[in-house]
Amino acid sequence: MQLPLGIEVPIPTFEQFVFIQVALLTAVAGLAVVISRNLFHSALALTLTFFGVAGVYVFLEAEFLAVSQVLVYVGAIAMLIAFAIMLTRSMMYGRTSPLNNQWGKSSLFAFLFFIGLLAFARATPWPAAGEEVVADEALIGALGREFVTTYVIAFEVLGLLLLLALVGAVMLARDR
Amino acid sequence: MDWLQLLVFPAIRALILIFVLLTGFAYLTWYERKLLARFQVRYGPNRAGKFGLLQPAADAVKAFFKEEIIPNHVDKPVYLLAPALALVPALIIWAVIPIAKGTPAIADVNIGFLWILAVAGIESYGIILAGWSSNNNYSLLGALRSSAQMVSYELPLGLFLVSILMLAGSFSLVDLVEGSRQWWEWIWLWLAFPFFFICILAETNRSPFDLPETENELVAGFQTEYGGMKFALFFIAEYVNMISTSAIMATLFFGGWKGPFAEQYIWLGPVYLLIKVLILLFLFIWVRASIGRPRYDQLMKFCWQFMLPLGLVYVSISAVLAVFLK
Repeated sequence: MQLPLGIEVPIPTFEQFVFIQVALLTAVAGLAVVISRNLFHSALALTLTFFGVAGVYVFLEAEFLAVSQVLVYVGAIAMLIAFAIMLTRSMMYGRTSPLNNQWGKSSLFAFLFFIGLLAFARATPWPAAGEEVVADEALIGALGREFVTTYVIAFEVLGLLLLLALVGAVMLARDR
Repeated sequence: MDWLQLLVFPAIRALILIFVLLTGFAYLTWYERKLLARFQVRYGPNRAGKFGLLQPAADAVKAFFKEEIIPNHVDKPVYLLAPALALVPALIIWAVIPIAKGTPAIADVNIGFLWILAVAGIESYGIILAGWSSNNNYSLLGALRSSAQMVSYELPLGLFLVSILMLAGSFSLVDLVEGSRQWWEWIWLWLAFPFFFICILAETNRSPFDLPETENELVAGFQTEYGGMKFALFFIAEYVNMISTSAIMATLFFGGWKGPFAEQYIWLGPVYLLIKVLILLFLFIWVRASIGRPRYDQLMKFCWQFMLPLGLVYVSISAVLAVFLK
């Protein structure tokens, strides 16, 4: 598309158009998590970020992962956070400052972490675009098979951990 | 054209679907009021139009012209967002339900089962947000109750879904309906149906599990501070949810769009689905007319001490069946 003054504006394809929206949603919601003065609003923004990440997974043609992301993070973890806030804070208030006296140290570590991630991302050889992706159905099967063969120990340990958490919760909730 | 294929056509399909569902909602209220009246030996709505058929239209006009009241003490953005968030999951769950041979409502994605679980997981957000943002103790209590109830009953629901999935061997609901099942599979499925239906009743907050809005102890629960169109949205969400979950149960347990000649005449598919949905909706209303509400602790106990162990047993037996008999 040609604008006056000879500026060339590329018309985005549909995928780019949607990707921009998803990426913006993720980034803006992520920012809102950090700068919101209301803890509950932060939690809601975090939920939106989880949705955005699920959207990114869809772009990577990993629908299974995307729906699992919604199922686990949005459906369970964000819900847990919302519950924790609702049960511990008085309802509206808590217009707390998002900064406490450790903000200096934590921003330093966050920055270092970001550098590390960046280095990691640059060092990883990303597959070129347009490569054939394994059909999803087969992928889910392969994923399941990997869980009970290659990663069986990690899988079992995680299962044990969750079982322990479950037993602990039952013990705490039991009538005495 | 990319844009036409990816945006315009699905948007038109989605609009038609939303239109059908909202009309369905309107007449579901009429259906429920008429049926409840029959159960209680009354006439039910019979003034607006023949058999009261214009009653839903009159109710809609009333809701539209109500004054929009936003109390001063609420958290405004969240308060306004909540009714919309309550309705969205009820609508989007339709995306994967097959309505005719080879035709899902919106998309044949091969993650249909997970889609249902994921959407069920986000269903409680509207209620939580409404309860929190209303800044009212009754609302908050109602929201806490309701979300605890929904989260708890999601567990056995998920276990039953996983069992059906294992026996079907495919994540796609389209494949599930079109694939053939052996006779023992049907019997095994139908054994689970009553328990699945109980979970669905709890998920949709329908009577006898309508504890979130017990008027005698919580005023109206999470929707106490809502009026006019915003209240209507919660109402729509509940009823559309009933329709959606009925369609899911029809798809999972009763062959969805399948019926005599549905393979030859595609248009018969939606008709059969509609008939099955109507029968299941009758079940919802029948239960509402006949069973009283349990206490809250009884409700939770029933889930954790009966439904959950039952679901686990059902999953293990299904797994054995899937491995040795298929």
